[in-house]
Amino acid sequence: MDYDFNFAAVWRDFDILLSGLGLGLVLAVISIAIGCLIGLCLAFAMLSKKRSIRWAATVYVSVFRNTPILVLILFTFFALPEFGINLGKIESFIVTLSVYSGAYLTEVFRSGLVSLPPGLREAGLTVGLTEFRTKILITIPVMFRRVLPALGNNFISLFKDTSLAAVIAVPELTFYARKINVETFRVIETWLVASLMYVIACSIIAAILRRTENRLAIPK
Amino acid sequence: MTIPVLEITNLHKKFGEVEVLKGIDLTMQSGNVVSLIGSSGSGKTTLLRCVNLLEDYEDGVVAVEGEQIGYKQHKGRRIRLKEREIARQRAMTGMAFQHFNLFPHMSAIHNVMLGLIKTRKTPKDEAYAAAEGWLDRVGMKNWKDHYPGQLSGGQQQRVAIARAIAMNPVLMLFDEVTSALDPELVSEVLAVVKDLASDGMTMLLVTHEMQFAHDVSDTVVFMQDGRIGEQGPPEQLFHNPKSERLAAFLKNSKF
Ligand SMILES: Nc1ncnc2c1ncn2[C@@H]1O[C@H](COP(=O)(O)OP(=O)(O)OP(=O)(O)O)[C@@H](O)[C@H]1O
Ligand SMILES: [Mg+2]
Repeated sequence: MDYDFNFAAVWRDFDILLSGLGLGLVLAVISIAIGCLIGLCLAFAMLSKKRSIRWAATVYVSVFRNTPILVLILFTFFALPEFGINLGKIESFIVTLSVYSGAYLTEVFRSGLVSLPPGLREAGLTVGLTEFRTKILITIPVMFRRVLPALGNNFISLFKDTSLAAVIAVPELTFYARKINVETFRVIETWLVASLMYVIACSIIAAILRRTENRLAIPK
Repeated sequence: MTIPVLEITNLHKKFGEVEVLKGIDLTMQSGNVVSLIGSSGSGKTTLLRCVNLLEDYEDGVVAVEGEQIGYKQHKGRRIRLKEREIARQRAMTGMAFQHFNLFPHMSAIHNVMLGLIKTRKTPKDEAYAAAEGWLDRVGMKNWKDHYPGQLSGGQQQRVAIARAIAMNPVLMLFDEVTSALDPELVSEVLAVVKDLASDGMTMLLVTHEMQFAHDVSDTVVFMQDGRIGEQGPPEQLFHNPKSERLAAFLKNSKF
């Protein structure tokens, strides 16, 4: 292979790549936070006594889990304005990723909730807590600890999905890498550096998540 | 005549089409200890769970201290009380479960404090002192900072009992609190229950420990297919059973 490696052009713009990585992280954090709220509500909806509520939650989950995220991103950004919903590209992407992660997290939380012994909720009720406070103080905290590993995996996978925001010109890492690539023609260097940045970021996130898991683990 | 702590009148309960309680009448005065015995599926647990509305009931009245649990009459119709009202009523009674059901993410003392702080609105330091006192009472003070997962079954059950009595209930409900325990751990839990009984606590308990029921109760109730088959003082029920069914049941339970 006759290729003269020259990383200078990439290093010169390393700070904007870093800023892109930072934006990706912020997008992932915001989206998974909103996604957690959606997922929690829908998980309880899935377990509701009312058939219509269960049905609505099921429809949501099937629709958004069975549509490729790239299609959702393009739909939200290009098609929603036709219905009078105009969102900036960053807002539009956050909405998409939140809605999408909400569908996945519904399944995570639902299986976490059904794995709890039913007596846990009943014990909360017998000390005089309402159903709602039993959820807030007991069921959700215990469930949350159980699903933390799954939640972490989802977070990492969502963070990687932020690279797709490049298609609607959200200035995150992939977007800038493509820009530098086009301007400098340093194809290998650019994509090598971008890949490494994703790998390192994901490894750091994974390490932080593992520590959090250990810190929150229920003592045995 | 004082208001009974518990008054159950003509209680009916169905699961789907199956009627599992077919008209129960039971009255308990303050300080009474009543044991429910009977074969599996006779409705003992269900009866207990109707008292704190962990199960809804279709017909009849469950009243604690004269107050109907879960429902009120309105223009001749029975309507379910609001969630907050039901939560308040549930805290009038305390319950200990077969499988302890401690909150696994809280230490022993926080398990006991939770209801005090959230339901009784007790200030934190007072709740801590009270919880410590109750844990001492059940012999678990030295374990107060341990989590449920770090305790034996007998220890968990004692903490669970402390959690319930700390709320100062007018009536304690015990559902087979020793049947999930290894045999060598049964006596430590029964000792705690006995101690509470001798202290005058009003209790309704389901048990398969016949000797214990004999020793601790004022009244023993034999449940049979969702009805009360026979009830009376322990000497009478255990030594002079009237019905064949009860005699056969006692023979099978190695009393
Ligand atoms: N949630 C439920 N749904 C449907 N049927 C139920 C439910 N809970 C209990 N039953 C039925 O109600 C009947 C009474 O059950 P219950 O648990 O009250 O009996 P029990 O006397 O406590 O028995 P055991 O000694 O085995 O604990 C049984 O036939 C049982 O199968
Ligand atoms: Mg039972």
